[in-house]
Amino acid sequence: MTSALGSAPTGRDERPARPTPTRAHRFRWARAAGTGWLYVLPALVMYAVFVLRPLALTIQYSLYDWNGIGVARWAGLDNYLTVFTDSDLLKIIGNAVILIVFFSFIPVALGLLVASLVRRITTGAFGTVVRTILFLPQVIPLVAAGIAWSWLLSSNGLINQVLRAVGLGGVARAWLGDFDTALPAVGVIGAWVLLGLCTILLVTGMSKIDPALYEAARLDGAGPVREFLAVTLPSLRQEIGVCLTVTIIAALASFDIVYISTSGGPGLQTTVPGLEIYRLAFSQRQVGLASALAVVLMLLVLACVLPIQRLTRGEKP
Amino acid sequence: MAELLTSFPRRRTVLLASLLAIGLTATACSAPGEDRSSAPKSDAAVKTELGTAPVTLEMYAETGFPLAKALADEFSKQHSNVSFNIREDQFTVIVENAPRVMASDNSPDIIRLPTMVDLVKDDLLKNLDPYFTAYGWDKFPASQLMQLRVGANTRGTGSLYGMGLGYSVTGVFYNKKLASQIGMTQPPATVAEFEQLLAKAKTAGVQPIMQFNKNTAGINFPHQALQNQFGDPTQVADWIFQKPGATFDTPAALKATQAIQKWAQAGYFPKDANALDYAGMVGEFQKGNGLFMFNGDWESANLDKAMPGNVGFFLFPAETAGGKHVAMSAPNTFGVSAKAKNPDAAAYFLNWVHTNATAREIAVKVGGSSPGGPSDLPVPAAAANTVLAETLKASQQLGAENGAVDFTANATGGIFAAAITPELQKLVAGQQTPEGYVKAVQAEYAKELSR
Repeated sequence: MTSALGSAPTGRDERPARPTPTRAHRFRWARAAGTGWLYVLPALVMYAVFVLRPLALTIQYSLYDWNGIGVARWAGLDNYLTVFTDSDLLKIIGNAVILIVFFSFIPVALGLLVASLVRRITTGAFGTVVRTILFLPQVIPLVAAGIAWSWLLSSNGLINQVLRAVGLGGVARAWLGDFDTALPAVGVIGAWVLLGLCTILLVTGMSKIDPALYEAARLDGAGPVREFLAVTLPSLRQEIGVCLTVTIIAALASFDIVYISTSGGPGLQTTVPGLEIYRLAFSQRQVGLASALAVVLMLLVLACVLPIQRLTRGEKP
Repeated sequence: MAELLTSFPRRRTVLLASLLAIGLTATACSAPGEDRSSAPKSDAAVKTELGTAPVTLEMYAETGFPLAKALADEFSKQHSNVSFNIREDQFTVIVENAPRVMASDNSPDIIRLPTMVDLVKDDLLKNLDPYFTAYGWDKFPASQLMQLRVGANTRGTGSLYGMGLGYSVTGVFYNKKLASQIGMTQPPATVAEFEQLLAKAKTAGVQPIMQFNKNTAGINFPHQALQNQFGDPTQVADWIFQKPGATFDTPAALKATQAIQKWAQAGYFPKDANALDYAGMVGEFQKGNGLFMFNGDWESANLDKAMPGNVGFFLFPAETAGGKHVAMSAPNTFGVSAKAKNPDAAAYFLNWVHTNATAREIAVKVGGSSPGGPSDLPVPAAAANTVLAETLKASQQLGAENGAVDFTANATGGIFAAAITPELQKLVAGQQTPEGYVKAVQAEYAKELSR
């Protein structure tokens, strides 16, 4: 009998080949594997305590009606029923879905454009400057970005001053306080923050594309657009996948930008699930409902992200 | 990176799922929360002596309001064996944190309180009745401590659960220069007169009211100021105190909401009120961008410093001339945690705040509010020609007329964030009707009380 631990490496497994197992060898390897687990253990404990346990607790709380302190009352699936029938909560989930356009599609599309333009200047000092400027929004804390943007977008802020200066005073408004413009305005802040990340990822991806492919395309008479569609885009499938994954999660789980710039207002116009979960749990003390919304949000993130993962998965070499 | 995200082996997924399952089983054994109603309650008689043994009082106070720290410093100066360990947070953060902080093992001795009914229900607050008797707080005007009483799930009657570090009053601050510019020579005597001043200011190109309405609805100040005048204020108080059968859907509240809608449509509030927060409002008012500002006396000392001699204050007028004043007025409430390690010293401090001459002076000078306490103690004077002197006078006038009403925002723990704020934002933007507003607030209230 050969134990699973001592079995010879399969083709799928790319561990280095081991000599034919003898009893002593097997013992040593088992011990090595044990040592391996020992190395992983601290991280595993952390993961279990700070990720798995809270996750399990959230699922448990979502089944109760609880104010966070007193005795909880079993509620079954009532909280989930509320999430799916309360018109306010549905609107809040809808807001997050709208934000995907701003947080995800715009930065990725713009990122592709910008990356194509700066691809040729990524080397040398100038390239470093360009990359630094592009990546800057990622380095600035989101709270600071939110504050700076709320100044820019206020009724006497820079953006309205510019609009008035060029004779578009009629368009000027309190962008973050207006029912029609608040959500798009928050979206613009998000797009600004995430554009840099997408561009840098895409530029890096582009630098790995074999120049021979471009040469071949050019020899076949392809212009810049054709070159982009036939060579650049397909080669960047994985990078685009990563960009979409990261930005969609950022859109659905957004909290800080919204909390700072609008606090979810006016009305519920910019309230997103992250903010509502926090409010339900801590200010309205409905821990059960907050947990149910959190679970639904997690499922929503998975439902959006998993298909992207599948679609953009690269073929194994 | 994509590789990492996509090629998560099935075996590991299974492992993760089983770990999660273990976690679930481990936590799902019992319902969350603890039953504190059977917690042992100390029957030990209370002490009114501070003693000489060293004591560290843990205090949880509101940031941006230096009064608590100023009082603590003075107390330590007078009683060298007592030191304070003060933690500060924004009020909204305290509202959110209070139950958990008070249920923890490091519960503070003295804590700035948000709404109290929930905390009493969960046995987190110390009943101060024994101290009331021991210190003879019955010499205080009964109305002073009324808002701090909780009994059978309603406020206003029952046992005492808090004391005020000052007792604030709200009304209308006005910019004296702008007032004279539009010909306002004295505070308005009726609501109609006030509305005439608003119209005059608008015509003169002066922003009539500077009010915030962003993260917490500042327009609830003028709303309640109107609501207080349009009906029996007892109805408002009953609703705030959660008396059975009380409703927000009253003719007075509706009339107030209609007036607010009218004011919003007439441009009496700043165009970007929904994007303006409290600090922004005060800043704009100090810059001279606004004739009126509905606010409380906690801002008096600050305004005296920022625009000396240029600010006046009046209580919001009644509907008919000569009518009794009714204003939102609440203690700067502090309570003692049920788990406090030094409850006797905490109560001693609360009594000292009300009765010590220096403490009372600090309450006025730093807090800008009336210090409360026994009626026979004099209220320390504020410097003449200051707005602080005016708010102090207003506070005494309100006390004499017995017209103090708590804030509607304090009715329940969630009413402000869940209903008043978003619905008022909708109202001033023309997205909600006055009828819809009063119904929405009442619906949220009923929902919260039913839990």
